[in-house]
Amino acid sequence: MLKYLLNYISKVSVIVEMEARKLYHDQTEILTRAIQPALWLIIFGEVFTRNRVIPTGNISYLDYITPGILAQSILFIAIFYGIMIVWERDFGLISKLVVSPTPRSAIVLGKALSSSIKCIAQTIVVLIIAFLLKVHIILNPLYLLGALIIIVLSATCFSALSIFIATVMKTRERFMGIGQIITMPLFFASNALYPISMMPDWIKLISTINPVTYVVNALRSLLITGDLTLIALDFTVLVLSTILFVVLASIGFRTILE
Amino acid sequence: MIKVEDITKVYKGGVTALKSVSLTVATNEVFGLLGPNGAGKTTLMKILTTQIAPTSGAAFIDNFNVVKNAGKIRGMIGYVPQDVSVQRDLNGYENLLFYAKLYGVPKKEVKKRIVSALNLMELRGRAKDLVKYYSGGMMRRLELAESLVSHPKVLFLDEPTIGLDPHARKKVWEKILKLRTDHKITIFINTHYMNEAEEYCDRIAIINSGKLVITGTPENLRKQVGSDATMDDVFIHFTGEKFEELDGGSFREAVKTRHRMRR
Repeated sequence: MLKYLLNYISKVSVIVEMEARKLYHDQTEILTRAIQPALWLIIFGEVFTRNRVIPTGNISYLDYITPGILAQSILFIAIFYGIMIVWERDFGLISKLVVSPTPRSAIVLGKALSSSIKCIAQTIVVLIIAFLLKVHIILNPLYLLGALIIIVLSATCFSALSIFIATVMKTRERFMGIGQIITMPLFFASNALYPISMMPDWIKLISTINPVTYVVNALRSLLITGDLTLIALDFTVLVLSTILFVVLASIGFRTILE
Repeated sequence: MIKVEDITKVYKGGVTALKSVSLTVATNEVFGLLGPNGAGKTTLMKILTTQIAPTSGAAFIDNFNVVKNAGKIRGMIGYVPQDVSVQRDLNGYENLLFYAKLYGVPKKEVKKRIVSALNLMELRGRAKDLVKYYSGGMMRRLELAESLVSHPKVLFLDEPTIGLDPHARKKVWEKILKLRTDHKITIFINTHYMNEAEEYCDRIAIINSGKLVITGTPENLRKQVGSDATMDDVFIHFTGEKFEELDGGSFREAVKTRHRMRR
């Protein structure tokens, strides 16, 4: 059992290592992807901070949305990770992986976990922009470590969901359509940009079953407010969602070449 | 040894890709499965390499069932799909490192095996270059090198020379034959190039519309048709159809083939 587990971890880590090497060879994506969160913080954040139309308690609106924009960056990177799977399937990469002695779930987990590398790089960029905009981020190393764990978990969670969609959709066109349909509600029906208390009841309901809400909650607690009352709930929801999506994607992966 | 027993494959949607196919391939043999696009070659290779299951029938590699013992089979075969399967954003060495680690090659041996595979495929000088700067022939040789690092007993090559220029095709074949001599492995090749099958394979099987038509050495097959028969004549004789007029393959296959032509 231990031998199997070690072998499994080694396969997952090889896949992650190669994705990290790819990013090392070409870092332009990190910079180009940084533009969107920068615009959200600089334009949207600055305008709404000045107008004070959204009630955010005793923190500024810019402080309030920084974890939301961070969660958005993670979501957008991870949710389109499945397109890479469709791409790799169209070439021969997936068939070669499937033919290797690697469990399907290790391929899924390795690919999903790989997205967290891009997400961590993106986080660093977003936090630098936030510092420049004088957002009050808690610099306690333990809290930052906690935020890092949440980022890795959420990247894995959303990219596993994305891989599951890819195994069902199988073509780039269908994937792009469904990816956009899913991304917008996940982001806007969460507490990334405004508190849940402002939402009508039916959107409140969606936001309570939306994993993005728990990602934003956790990041806001760890990076801005320091209030850890609900962190255990956020963490549990995120872990369960990740397990669910990894299992679904692993099942879907069995028929990806059919 | 590879043994295929009465395999039929019907895809979802009702398309029958293989109809009761049976064949055997001896150890250390270069065996070519010859047929037009859409004949069922890739489907059979996908079954033998454990990617998909047959609808009925069974297949064995060294007496291991490809469905029931898929894990065991995956550890003993190498596979090069017809599509480009190298990782463009990694260098040549890293591409091989990935498969060496994935196949659990002992740490002490990893570098030795990679260098040996790179030397064999004449790629050592370009090992540190990103693969996106390789030519089509180099990519194909890198794919062959990737499949070697795990020291497979059986190597499956799906259209190994498709989309390559004549010089690159000749070089790939030289490497394939050298593999058989140096590594004593069994090589199962899908191809639709009749001249290549005739020149390089010990035995060939002709497949058309999912049915295996005939199996034998190129020489024997020609003899059965006539003393100066070409492989084209052999194909027409056994299938009743002209090879180049067959218009098999799906839209997706046609697009991919044209894409590969740009290698």
